[in-house]
Amino acid sequence: MSDCVFELNEVSYAYQNQLALDGISMQIRAGSRVALLGANGSGKSTLLRLLDALYFPGKGELKAFGKELSEAAFADDEVNFAFRRQVGFVFQNPDVQLFNPTVFDEIAFGPLQLGWPKEKILPAVADMLARFAISHLKDRAPHRLSGGEKKRVALASILILAPQVLLLDEPTAALDPESQSEVIRFLIECRNTGQTIVTATHDLDIVEEIADLVFVLDQGRIAACGTPAEILGNEALLRQTHLAHAHWHLHADGKAHMHLHAHRHDHPHDAATDTPYRRLTRQPVRRG
Amino acid sequence: MSQHFAEKLSRGLLQAMSRAFAAEALSERPGFLQGLDPRIKLIACLALIVSCVLTHSLLMLSGLFVLALLLALASQIPMARLCTQVWLGVLLFTGAIALPALVLVPGEALWQLPLLHGQITRQGLRSAAFLLGRAETSATFAVLLILSTPWPHVLKAMRSLGVPVVLVAILGMTHRYLFVLLHATTQLFEARRSRLVAAMKGAQQRRLAAAAAGVLLSKSLQLSTDVHLAMISRGYRGEIHLLDEFHTRPRDWGILLCALAVPALILWYQR
Repeated sequence: MSDCVFELNEVSYAYQNQLALDGISMQIRAGSRVALLGANGSGKSTLLRLLDALYFPGKGELKAFGKELSEAAFADDEVNFAFRRQVGFVFQNPDVQLFNPTVFDEIAFGPLQLGWPKEKILPAVADMLARFAISHLKDRAPHRLSGGEKKRVALASILILAPQVLLLDEPTAALDPESQSEVIRFLIECRNTGQTIVTATHDLDIVEEIADLVFVLDQGRIAACGTPAEILGNEALLRQTHLAHAHWHLHADGKAHMHLHAHRHDHPHDAATDTPYRRLTRQPVRRG
Repeated sequence: MSQHFAEKLSRGLLQAMSRAFAAEALSERPGFLQGLDPRIKLIACLALIVSCVLTHSLLMLSGLFVLALLLALASQIPMARLCTQVWLGVLLFTGAIALPALVLVPGEALWQLPLLHGQITRQGLRSAAFLLGRAETSATFAVLLILSTPWPHVLKAMRSLGVPVVLVAILGMTHRYLFVLLHATTQLFEARRSRLVAAMKGAQQRRLAAAAAGVLLSKSLQLSTDVHLAMISRGYRGEIHLLDEFHTRPRDWGILLCALAVPALILWYQR
């Protein structure tokens, strides 16, 4: 029996006439940690929405847990609830995900929709509040929280359902460094839970921590697939898919130089091999 | 100097949001209506609104209005809030509709209108008073229900009374999207204000308002779609599920009986 959670075969999706995904084929195995890497507009968020059965493919075949995801199948409450119990989706913008009057109601929303008994919901919500250190916020309105707090509430509201598969759309976007670090720590901890985690991101700095397998998306297509080391080591691919860029770098002496800014910062600062130093106000000097 | 349009609008939007938050706070206060089973409250409110429509007596209508005032007092709902948000608004809108009735309804003349060659009739005055009285009293009962009950409880009560799931879902979505829209509008006009360095002429302000309306429409459509998808993703299918269970106590049954008795008595009295 296949251990694939998701199987996509030549999947395409278009917003009206604009093609967002074009012939995507991939397999995501149970327990794996996958990163969907791509620049803005590459189709990462659309792909996640397809994996969460919020959109359905225009062309091709998409299977989850061995069954095809289709609009007709999801008209059945049984199928819908069975899928929702297994797959959780954390949206990029927590504001769209937090729509209840209080943090407590927000975290209890999913279990209530899925018909959990009250006796099970109350302790589960308390547990989640404690786990994410947000017990003191339980009676606050979610829209009045800070960005980091909102993200923690959004994660708690999904994780309470203990989904087998967790889909995360740009989990560290627009967060302060401390909140980013918390989210990454959480994703690292998930390594031991056996959950399948699919993260859409363009943040190269977090890929090695959060994924074992990387799919690079470019203009709605898969441009490459490999381990984080393989992908992050492929400078040409990162440039071609707009994930890396030439970066001006300021030093303490007030001078600046340029190098490829993709992932690592431990490049040698050697005047002989590096881009010539220039004042920032001058025109950039290209390598070569 | 007159205030700038964008500034006034921003302030108005912020006020609207703070009023909505204050309404949430009112429903959490201890009070007579807040303590009732929402289902009972909903039926009682409907019965009292029907009573407003059924009665042919201004005295009875006044009695119903006084009842609404007493309920507001017992539920710690400020009169000032009812006055500014309900009575004035209804007076303006219904008043505009009722005004022609004063002269158009034929009957015994009370006052001759100078220049207009018309006269205010006793019957016209009575019709206008009924229209205004019914609108004001009914709106007061409806607003009392909303201010004393958290919105999700109103929706759940509607579902438990058999209101179709589609209708309840539409109401729920509308409520959420209003806030989404309000938030987006506030941000849009704050951003506009921050870039204003000179006064704008009337025509420019109107162009700005029209452009903003278009942007907001597409923006709110996108946001509301995302909110809906986020709800579906967590198992939402249009049905409202809440942790709070509704409990009907003897007092609730008593209130329901009294509320249902009002239209029944009116019908009996006017038979």
